Amino acid sequence: MSDILLTIDGKEVRAKEGMTVLNAAQSSGIFIPTLCHHEKLEPYGGCRICTVEVESRGRTNYVASCLYPVEKNLVVRTRSEKIDKIRKVLIELLLAHAPDSPQLLEMAKEYGAKSVRFGKEPSFCVLCGLCVRYCAEVKKKNAIAFVDQGPKREINFIPEIASKECWNCKECFPLCPTSYLQAAYVLTQGLVGFKNS
Amino acid sequence: MARINSAAQLEKVRKDIVLKKDPNKPCIAICGGIGCLGGREDLIRAFEKEIKKQKLEGKVDVRVTGCHGFCAQGPNIVIYPEEICYTKVKPEDAQQIISETVVGKTIVDRLVYIDPNTGEKAVHQSEIPFYKKQVRNILGMNPKIDPKSIDDYLAIGGYSSLAKALLEMKPQEVLEEVKKANLRGRGGGGFPAGLKWETARNAPAELKYVICNGHEGEPGAYMDRAIFQGNPHLIIEGLIIGGYAIGAKQGFIYTRHDMPRLRENIDIALEAAREHGFIGNDILGSGFDFDIEVHLDVGIFVSGEASALMRSIEGKAPEPRPKYTRTAVKGIWERPSNLNNVETWANVPQIIGKGADWYLGIGSEGSKGTKMISLSGNIVNSGVVEVPFGTSLKEIVYDIGGGIPNGKKLKAIHFGAAMGGSLPAELIDTPLDFDVMSKLGAAIGAGGLFVMDEDTSMVEMNRFFLEFLADESCGKCVPCREGIRQMLRILTRMSMGKGKEGDIEALEELCEVGSLASLCALGKTTSSPIYSSLRYFRNEYEASIEDKGCTV
Ligand SMILES: Cc1cc2nc3c(=O)[nH]c(=O)nc-3n(C[C@H](O)[C@H](O)[C@H](O)COP(=O)(O)O)c2cc1C
Ligand code: SF4
Ligand code: FES
Repeated sequence: MSDILLTIDGKEVRAKEGMTVLNAAQSSGIFIPTLCHHEKLEPYGGCRICTVEVESRGRTNYVASCLYPVEKNLVVRTRSEKIDKIRKVLIELLLAHAPDSPQLLEMAKEYGAKSVRFGKEPSFCVLCGLCVRYCAEVKKKNAIAFVDQGPKREINFIPEIASKECWNCKECFPLCPTSYLQAAYVLTQGLVGFKNS
Repeated sequence: MARINSAAQLEKVRKDIVLKKDPNKPCIAICGGIGCLGGREDLIRAFEKEIKKQKLEGKVDVRVTGCHGFCAQGPNIVIYPEEICYTKVKPEDAQQIISETVVGKTIVDRLVYIDPNTGEKAVHQSEIPFYKKQVRNILGMNPKIDPKSIDDYLAIGGYSSLAKALLEMKPQEVLEEVKKANLRGRGGGGFPAGLKWETARNAPAELKYVICNGHEGEPGAYMDRAIFQGNPHLIIEGLIIGGYAIGAKQGFIYTRHDMPRLRENIDIALEAAREHGFIGNDILGSGFDFDIEVHLDVGIFVSGEASALMRSIEGKAPEPRPKYTRTAVKGIWERPSNLNNVETWANVPQIIGKGADWYLGIGSEGSKGTKMISLSGNIVNSGVVEVPFGTSLKEIVYDIGGGIPNGKKLKAIHFGAAMGGSLPAELIDTPLDFDVMSKLGAAIGAGGLFVMDEDTSMVEMNRFFLEFLADESCGKCVPCREGIRQMLRILTRMSMGKGKEGDIEALEELCEVGSLASLCALGKTTSSPIYSSLRYFRNEYEASIEDKGCTV
């Protein structure tokens, strides 16, 4: 199959059919910030930090570059006033959950996000789903899952599975952008131990 | 019933049904719709009992029909052949109605509707102001039809548009007719149906699907249920015609899981259509094969969204997918899938039957045909109405809706529930039109119109919408999930008069980011009601900021 030619930030980029805009950008050394993306996992599109501006058939749209498929003659912009504003607000929303997250703080600096814009939320979790998806897709254990919907959505270790699998694996801990996941696990363990005793 | 194999046979069957019907035989048509509460069992039984008691069995028919629309005055009945109309009928009235009106041919005065403005009596639907300004091309069939009887539908010309499409037109010609009529989707977006059909038709694939979206999740909207339950064959006929134009052999009906009577009518209609050969192989001897399967929705709002609905039909959880590839190209099981709303499908038979030129004569410049509207809120005549596009909101609210109760003043008119917007009373002369209204920030949505009087607080109203959305958002993406969380927090304190400096700006930013960066249309439109009320009622938000010292 012939290559697809597109433009990212004014630079001509060659990509293969089926690649996403993020893949194409990365393969030609153009940086797009991401949070919920992981190369071992299926594209997810949850955090929207990777939002870029695309121009196609005369229309400008804002899309998640980790999902958007490359197309012929697509014009992509990875930074603009609007994109920076989107990223700034998204980071501020996430900082309300995880104000100490190194990854978020670094992005906050780049986009001028304030860490105290919104009040501190009780849950540390930013629901990027990295742990949930890693456990399901790579480890195929499903020891951690999403529960509930909307703003009530959270992650939960499934005690029956987690008590057997997690302590010997712990592969998802370093994936967590908040670095609090381990604490959550220890807490769950504690609670399970408490219930069992 | 033997299957019908040609247009001539269809016409003969229709004539036979009409001939067998004595036009002078009295018939009591009772609205058994779900626009209001339904459950007309007592009333129906009272009439049946009374007919027996007065020894009129076989001489008087009772017909349980779909919704007549005038729900504020329900139960409604129409007595044929004189078409006398009674409102707020109770089981105790059956005896008098039968002896005095059906037999005695006199009017029971106390059951006649009185126009509260003029004090005049209205004996026929055409004299009641609520009906007078409507053009009921679709809804008007309801009182004439028992939804469980395919004969009633055939008697008024049912399935003749299907015969015309299949036997006299090529699929491409059917498509062209719908495109020419500029039929626009009634499910919320107003997207041209013909263009979507064309995309699905041109998508290279062996198997394609057409789907009817009967989820109707918008709070306060009852139009789809009113036609689907009252006239299921109309939707089925539209769907088959669409399948033919697009090249799909399989149709799906996605309907509500919580309305067993609606489901029952759909099932009975499909069964009858199959027996008559309108569904199945070689329909009407045309060589076209088509079948329809019914799927029940999952009771969450987002399952009405196209990509979520299609996942639901595949048997998966209805989580939206980003629509970077259109579902008309890759939908159910990655196959071209054309989804339209119930009311959109309901328009198809008349476009084919009467032609695009006739259809183009109704409506406004860019919005053709009629639109069904559900009236609710602070309005005298709540119910389901049908008007041509281009009708002014003033006519809908005052002439048809009867105005605002309790002598209150109109404050705002809200369309599209939690994904729509509000217009202030000053814009009451705005015509009902997809483009005009979305420019003003109040997209028509599915057609739920909520009227607000002077006592309504816009801040509180929007807080309520956000509460609804918080329960309906799936929570997958940040701008929607976290945006709703923070906006709800801000509006909750504002509605207590405790807003903070910077809250309005934060709302604006959250709205903008939500509308640009959310994954699906739910998140993209959550901001619409707040946007529109910030545009027209900004002073109320400003007054809710504590530092400024005043509250609404
Ligand atoms: C959250 C959400 C809910 C929706 N619910 C419905 C619904 O209940 N019924 C409907 O017809 N369309 C609904 N839609 C619109 C559909 O996605 C789709 O656009 C429509 O069914 C297409 O039909 P139309 O072009 O005939 O309007 C919804 C959209 C969203 C984003
Ligand atoms: S916009 Fe809302 S409903 Fe749609 S995917 Fe995101 S969180 Fe779910
Ligand atoms: S990285 Fe693309 S949405 Fe999270």
